[in-house]
Amino acid sequence: MRDISLHILDISENSIRAGSSLVRIDMNIDKAKDELAIVIEDNGSGMSKEMLERVKSPFTTSRTTRKVGLGIPLFVASCENTGGRLNIDSEPGKGTKLTARLKFAHIDRPPLGDIAETIATLTILNPAIDFAFTARYDEAFEYDTRQLKATLGDVPITNPDVMVFIREYLQEGIKQVFGGNEI
Amino acid sequence: MKSLQELEAIRNKTLSQIDIRKKSEGTRIVVGMATCGIAAGARPVLTALVEEVAKRNLSDVTVSQTGCIGACRLEPMVEVYTPGKDKVTYVKVSPDMVGRIVAEHIVNGNPVTEYTIGYHEENTK
Repeated sequence: MRDISLHILDISENSIRAGSSLVRIDMNIDKAKDELAIVIEDNGSGMSKEMLERVKSPFTTSRTTRKVGLGIPLFVASCENTGGRLNIDSEPGKGTKLTARLKFAHIDRPPLGDIAETIATLTILNPAIDFAFTARYDEAFEYDTRQLKATLGDVPITNPDVMVFIREYLQEGIKQVFGGNEI
Repeated sequence: MKSLQELEAIRNKTLSQIDIRKKSEGTRIVVGMATCGIAAGARPVLTALVEEVAKRNLSDVTVSQTGCIGACRLEPMVEVYTPGKDKVTYVKVSPDMVGRIVAEHIVNGNPVTEYTIGYHEENTK
């Protein structure tokens, strides 16, 4: 994976496939701790203890078509390359919470990438699922599809004009917090 | 700065335009969005497809995602399902190929042969 935004998209796909109705994504840069923390939390089907123990192995997948799954192992590698780590908590029937911590100033930390595009893609492709996204650096930006849908009423979130709005809204908000995609 | 008031304005504008006709069986465009697809660049392809479909106002065309299609080396892959016709699979799709796929295939019904999996397999032996 080239950047953090693609990891987030990839991991969120797991939440979607676990039947979640709400996926929370938090990104927090803490300069004092030199840490970039990403939390992806869902209310999907969760995992058993046995699955949770095996889930960081590339030879674990929920798919039946073949025996490898690389999404989580690739994100683990991105974290550990910076001296960080990745934790997953999960409970069957309750949901899963993944926490990734990376050393922010480490030379091997992948760039953030286009976070706005990731959140917009998730929103538009999964109109039935709600996404709550928060970006925090010095300021905070909050995005919640429940709020958007309440404003929209009968107009679908996949309406072309709405999609353009969502993309620009996210781009502006995220740029205000992180200052751009290049960090 | 964009605000939710702006969204409210879009809503009011759109509400007057929505036609309440029944959803017809239209073309489905599906992008492989598993780890392999995302790593190979599926996200910009999907964005380009959604934008192109919106730009042309193709209201009976849906763009959606699927998991791993099974040929990771050929990602990003895009499948087009048109009712009553065979499925067409495009391989190694980049955003600049999207314009032709939508114009020639989705709008005019002629698949772009040289982007398809069949053509790729024939010509890369």
